[in-house]
Parts: sequence; C-alpha cells; structure tokens
Amino acid sequence: MSHHIVETRHLKHIYPDGTIALKDVSFRIEHGESVGIIGANGAGKSTLLLHLNGYLTATSGEIIIGDDPLTKQNLAVIRRTVGMVFQDPDDQLFMPTVFDDVAFGPINLGLSRAEIETRVSEALSRVEAGALRDKPPYHLSCGEKKRVAIATVLSMLPEILVLDEPTNGLDPYARRLLIALLKGFHHTRIVTSHDLDMIFELCERTIVLHEGEVMADGPTLEIFRDNALLNTCRLEKPLAMQGCPVCSPEHRPLPKQQPLIEPHSRKPHQHNH
Amino acid sequence: MHMADALVSPAVGAAFWAASAGIIAHSSAHLRKQLDDRKVPLMGVLGAFVFAAQMINFSIPATGSSGHLGGGLLLAILLGPSAAFLTIASILMVQALFFADGGLLALGCNIFNLGVFPAFIAHPFIYSKLIGREPSQSRMVFAAIIAAVVALQCGSLGVVLQTFVSGVSSLPFDTFVLLMQPIHLAIGVIEGVVTALIVSFVYRARPEVLQSVIQEKPVGELPVRSLLTAFLISAALLGGLFSWLASEQPDGLEWSIAKITGSENLTQPGFKAHEALTAVQEKTAFLPDYARPEGAGLDNNKRLGKTLSGIVGSALTLVICTLTGVVLRRRRQG
Amino acid sequence: MLAINGSFLDFKQLDLLALRQTAVHRLDPRAKVLTTLCFIVCVVSFDKYQISAMLPFLIYPVALIAVGDLPPGYILRKILFVLPFALLVGLFNPIFDRQVVLQIGPLDIWGGWVSCLSILLRAILTASAAIILVAITGFPAICEALEKLKMPQAFAVQLQFLYRYIFVLTDEGVRTARARQIRTFGRRGLDLRHFSSLVGHLLLRTWERAERIHMAMLARGFSGEVHSTRRQSHFGKPELIFTVCWVALFILLRLYNAPQLLGSLFTGSMQ
Repeated sequence: MSHHIVETRHLKHIYPDGTIALKDVSFRIEHGESVGIIGANGAGKSTLLLHLNGYLTATSGEIIIGDDPLTKQNLAVIRRTVGMVFQDPDDQLFMPTVFDDVAFGPINLGLSRAEIETRVSEALSRVEAGALRDKPPYHLSCGEKKRVAIATVLSMLPEILVLDEPTNGLDPYARRLLIALLKGFHHTRIVTSHDLDMIFELCERTIVLHEGEVMADGPTLEIFRDNALLNTCRLEKPLAMQGCPVCSPEHRPLPKQQPLIEPHSRKPHQHNH
Repeated sequence: MHMADALVSPAVGAAFWAASAGIIAHSSAHLRKQLDDRKVPLMGVLGAFVFAAQMINFSIPATGSSGHLGGGLLLAILLGPSAAFLTIASILMVQALFFADGGLLALGCNIFNLGVFPAFIAHPFIYSKLIGREPSQSRMVFAAIIAAVVALQCGSLGVVLQTFVSGVSSLPFDTFVLLMQPIHLAIGVIEGVVTALIVSFVYRARPEVLQSVIQEKPVGELPVRSLLTAFLISAALLGGLFSWLASEQPDGLEWSIAKITGSENLTQPGFKAHEALTAVQEKTAFLPDYARPEGAGLDNNKRLGKTLSGIVGSALTLVICTLTGVVLRRRRQG
Repeated sequence: MLAINGSFLDFKQLDLLALRQTAVHRLDPRAKVLTTLCFIVCVVSFDKYQISAMLPFLIYPVALIAVGDLPPGYILRKILFVLPFALLVGLFNPIFDRQVVLQIGPLDIWGGWVSCLSILLRAILTASAAIILVAITGFPAICEALEKLKMPQAFAVQLQFLYRYIFVLTDEGVRTARARQIRTFGRRGLDLRHFSSLVGHLLLRTWERAERIHMAMLARGFSGEVHSTRRQSHFGKPELIFTVCWVALFILLRLYNAPQLLGSLFTGSMQ
C-alpha cells in the first residue's frame, strides 16, 4: 500500500531563461488522499505537475513516488503509476478515434489485443463514454473530451491521478458531471485548479503555492477560512463559503440608493445551504 | 499553381506518383534513422499550422491584391528536409482529397513540384548556404527570397512541363513559360519576405526553436542524384508503357513527342503494340471518336451526322445517369 | 473572413458524411481507393477532344451519391468551386487551337472549344471522384487503406496527426483572423509586418502545443513508435464484387463510346 505515496523534498526548478518557477517545495501525500494544489497564475502549479511524472527534471531536490526516488531509470514505471491528465484535452487526444486514444497507453505497455480491448472498455465505461468509442475526438463536446482524456489515463491503471484544471472550460452541467465522476475515484488524486469550489468539494487537503513556495498545507476548510492567507496569495474564498448575498446582506451590502424597497417585500429566496 | 487531374495524362501522372512515392519512402526511412520522437507530433501540428496560416491573407504592397503563405520553405527551415517534405506531401494529400485541389492523379506532380524543390534544393543548397553562421535580419530576408524564388521557379516550370507533356492543354510551351515564370517570380519574392519575417519573429521570441534544426546535419547525404536517376528511369518506363496502353490516338506523351519530332509515326517497339491495340479497337468499336482535327478523311456532313448522334447519345446518357441516381436513392430510402 | 469560416465548416461537413452507415460506407477502404484511382486513370486517358465517351462515367459519382446517401447539392457546390482553376488553363485552348473540326451552318467549331469542354468534364469527373471517396470512406480510413497498400508508416502517422490537428488549428487561425479583422474596421488584408507577427504568434503557440502533445505521449509510454489499432477490415466478397464490377464497367466505357452507339441507334447515321 505504500505504493501510492507522492513526496517532494526541497524541489527547485529554474528554467533555462533564468525564471525561478519553484523555489523550495516539499510535501508528502499519502495513499488515497485527495489533494488540491492552488495558487495564483505563475505560482508554479504547472511546473510542479510536470515534475511529478518526470517530464521536467528538478534543478535540485527530489521526488519520491512509492518507495523510490524518481530517476531516469525508473521513468517508465513512474509514468505508468502517475496518470497525468493535461489541461487542454486537445493535447491529450491525438489519435484518430476515441478507441485509439484510450488504447494508446496499453499498446505501448505491450499488452495483448484482448487485454487492450478490456482495458479500453473498462476505462470508457468508468467515465461513462462507452458510446463515444469510435468517434473522432474533434467531433466531441468539451465535456466529452475531458472525460475521454481521463479514460486515456485510466486505461494504464495508474495508482495516482494528477489532474490539471479538470473543470476548465466546462459548462455548469458538464462540470457537475465531472466532479461527481472524480468523487467516485479511489485513486490518490492531485488536482490543480482555479476552480476553488471544485477543490472545496473534491479535496480534503489543500496545498497553497505562492511564488514557487508552499505557503500553506492543511485541511481545505481551514485554508479557505484563512482570509489573510488567501489575500496574500491572490486567492479568494470559494463561492460556497462566501454565504448567499441575498440571505445574508452583510456580505454584500445593498446599494444605499435603494431605500424604496423594503427587504420584506422581496420575493422569498429559496436555495439549499 | 497546382497541377490538375483535368490537365494531366495518365503517363505523366503515374510517373510523378512513382517519383513522389519513392521520395516519401526515402524520407520516411531517413526520419526513422534520426530517432527524434519530438518530431512526430511537431510535423503533424506544423502541417495543420500551414493550413491555418493559409487562411489569413495579407495585402501585397503596391498592388492592392492579397496573397497567402505557401509554407514550403518555412517548413523546411523549421523541420529540416525529410520532415518538411513529408509534411508538405501530407498537406497536399489533404487538399487533394477534401478540396479536390489538384486531384488524386495529379497529386504526385504536386508533391514533386511543391515538395522536392523547397525541401531538398532551396533550403539545403541555397538558404542554408547563404545564411551563414550568424544570420542578420537583412541576410535572412535575402537568403529566403533567393531560396523561395528558386523553389517556386522550379515548381512552376514543373507545372509547365507536366502540362505540356500531358498534351491536354493546347497552350504552346513558350507561351505557357512566359505566363507562368514571371508570375511565380513575384510570388517567390513575396513568399521569401514573409517567410523571413516569420522566421525572424520566431528567432527573437524563442531562438532555441531554430537551433535544433541548425544543429542537424546538412543533407549532404541525401542522394539527390540517385533520386533523380530513379525518377527518370521510372518516368521513361511508365511513359512508354502508358502511351500505348492508354490511348487510341496520338495523345499525351506520344502526341507531344510526335509534335517535337515532327513525325506522326514513331517506330519504337512499344508503339507496335499500340498499333495492334488500335486495330483491335477499330474493329470492335463502331465508331471512332466523333470530333477530332486529325480525322481529315471525313467530310463535314459525315462529321455532322456523327456529331448529331453523339449529342443525342450524350443527352440520353445524362438522362440515364440521373435516373439511375434517382432510382438508387429511392430504393435506399424506401 | 466569412468565406474562410464557410470553407472551414465545409471541411467538417465532409468529414461528418463519412460517419454515415450505408453499404458503401461499410466496404473495406482499399476497394474504394483502388476503384477511384482506376476511375480517374480511365477518365484522364481519353483523347483531348473526347467528350461524349466520357459522359457515361458520370454514372459512378451519381450512383455513389445515391447509394452513399450523400447530399447532391453539397457535392456539386464543392465541385463547382474547383472548376475555375481548370477553366483558367482550358480557356487558352480556343485561342491556340483554331482548327475547324465541324461546321454547323455558318458556325465554325474549333478544336480548342471541344478540348476546353473536355477539360471541364475531366475536372468535374475527377473532382467528384476525390470528394466522394472522402465522403464515403473518411480520411483516417483512406490512410489505413494506403498503409495496407504499403505506404510508409512514418508518413501514415504524419497524415494522422496532420488531420487531427487541422481542426484544432484552423479554429485557432479563424479566431486570430477574426480578432484582427474586428480591429481593422473593414480594411482588407494585413500589411506584411503585422501579418508576420500574427502568424509568428500562431506558430509559437503551435510549437508549444506540439511540446504539450509530446508530453502527453510520453506520459502514456510513447517511445518513438505510434502503433494504432487498425479496425478489422477485410477484403471479402462484397469488396471484390464492388471493385471488379466498377473496374470492368470503366474499361468497357473506356473502349466503347456508349453515347455514340446509343445515339446512332436513334439517328441511324451509323455507317
């Protein structure tokens, strides 16, 4: 079970042009955890993710996946263990049909035809995309593309799922579907996003990155309650925690030029908290 | 300009198909040896980029008209010869299929005209040589203009030769050359300027992008000469084969050979078979073609009669074709 | 820029046609590729003054449009779009070839007019064959067929990637062009400097995309070879019948001038 551990120790990355993307990043994620990584643009989220499956090599520091540090030798094994779902599904779906795309990983693993077939079917039904099997990716909707992109990774049977902005560009309904789907997974999950409501719903733990450093690491609820922290890191409370502007007017005072309307004369406002 | 199916003869089409297929095979093998797996997605995406870039027009200075990027030289600069050639070939194939641009039989001609010259000649032997080690902006523009002009002149000369040898168009060779070459000189200059501007833009933003290609070995090892020899042999063989197989009249290659040599009767072994074939055909066919300048033996009345029957028959054929379509469609839907 | 969006939509529509499920769509792509090539070679091999004998070849596109459930108007529009290019060269024929082939009363018909018409007919037939091939087969299947017919694998992979990203990048190109057009207030075209920076940006974004795709490939075990699972297709009886029947018909129509025969039955001018 120790296989699912993701640990970084004093990770530092400097790009060839001199930009320091990561200064010093250390954390340890245990088996089965669901962790959100948040931070403003340029905080180093994407750079960090690219280290987790060895696409970028750290300037200094190390990454431990399972029991072993990530090295050139075990890169292939690590890439199978850490399933990476990229932000733009158009980058991830490069084959002529959905089937080919989901089968791409298993084929590279050298599996038999029958095994490939079952892996693809299972992965597609896991994301409820079985019907899309023979479609070319460019005829899919954005939500479908995102789900198929996840299937392309699931078919490798990874133990750790890394998702970069999974809800980016989705309409509310597709977003809701995707969150429900991700909730059902039992993998160790690492999610980066600006969609803080999704993080709030999906991750029990959150790591806040700011200018290449870990500013905070703890239970999601605690982090989102810390107004000072959120302000310095250019973040904001999830809408779900901001309270309803209609029910609790003190959060967003009504403009003073509206004295004619009595608060009681408003239509009853219904929603579930 | 693209060579079109409507203007090409089977012999010319097949010869250039063979040539282009050979170069594609060679380039594919060459690429495999390079073992640069980054190029797999890069070539595909850059091909798609050329498509996208061609949708954006720019205005040509002092003319009031607009043009678009060709992209052959740009691809050669970004990818190196073999990869650029395969990318150009793939673009032309998509154009031939989806836009019927050029056509499938003329595809070989188009790949040859628009692929070989920029990728294997203009880039390695002109652009790379002229640009030197430390390229300045003006030097880059100069090198790109010369390279693009050479590539496009060769390409348009290819179109002229292929059209002329095919013999479907009646354009005399010299007239066609005088029409095509000056136009392509202008196009070449513009293509060169645009290519240089784009390349220097990329060079300023991300110099390492171009570095990878510059480091790549020049294509001295590419056997241009052996490729050309192979092409000439296949062209000659296929030309000979097709000219007696495919025609009942001095047409295509044969027709133009007759024109060049001034003799109607070619005494080559291959054409004996052709005569035999024609004889068989004349016996089996009720009527030879109804309208032809060479059929001087017929008087006008007879020709008129034949034409009449031809027109009536043609009209009937069209009616039959349409009816078949309607019936088949009904059956499908019913 | 509207025209550009239009042609882009066109492209997608043609691709969607290939997803239909008719008898001809289901045939092994090799049968359709070979038949199409045979069709084109037969049409193109006609004498330059031939018109009537070429007409029966229309049966092939017409029949496939009907059986393949393709929209005739759409196919026709696509063909009309390429005709001007053929005409451009074809119209020189009447200028250079003024040999009188026929006199109808006071009217002299020049060989050039006949051959120009012939070029037009060739263009219609060959263009329709290519477009219909895509519409009943689909580009990926055509590539598969060519790969089975010994096209090098590297080129097949290239075609596959190109095709996949045409949709993504033309979208991006259209967006860029539109954004630019909105700010130029109706002026046509860009000057070269702006054009090159606009296209240069597009190129850089493209380059970065290629890098991300490469990452996504590596993340799933890519090591230089793209193996794709080919759908089980097999060249069986229906394919054989389709190919042999059409090719036999093409050869017959190539050897015998059917309309002339038909017409002479009616007009009796056979001798």
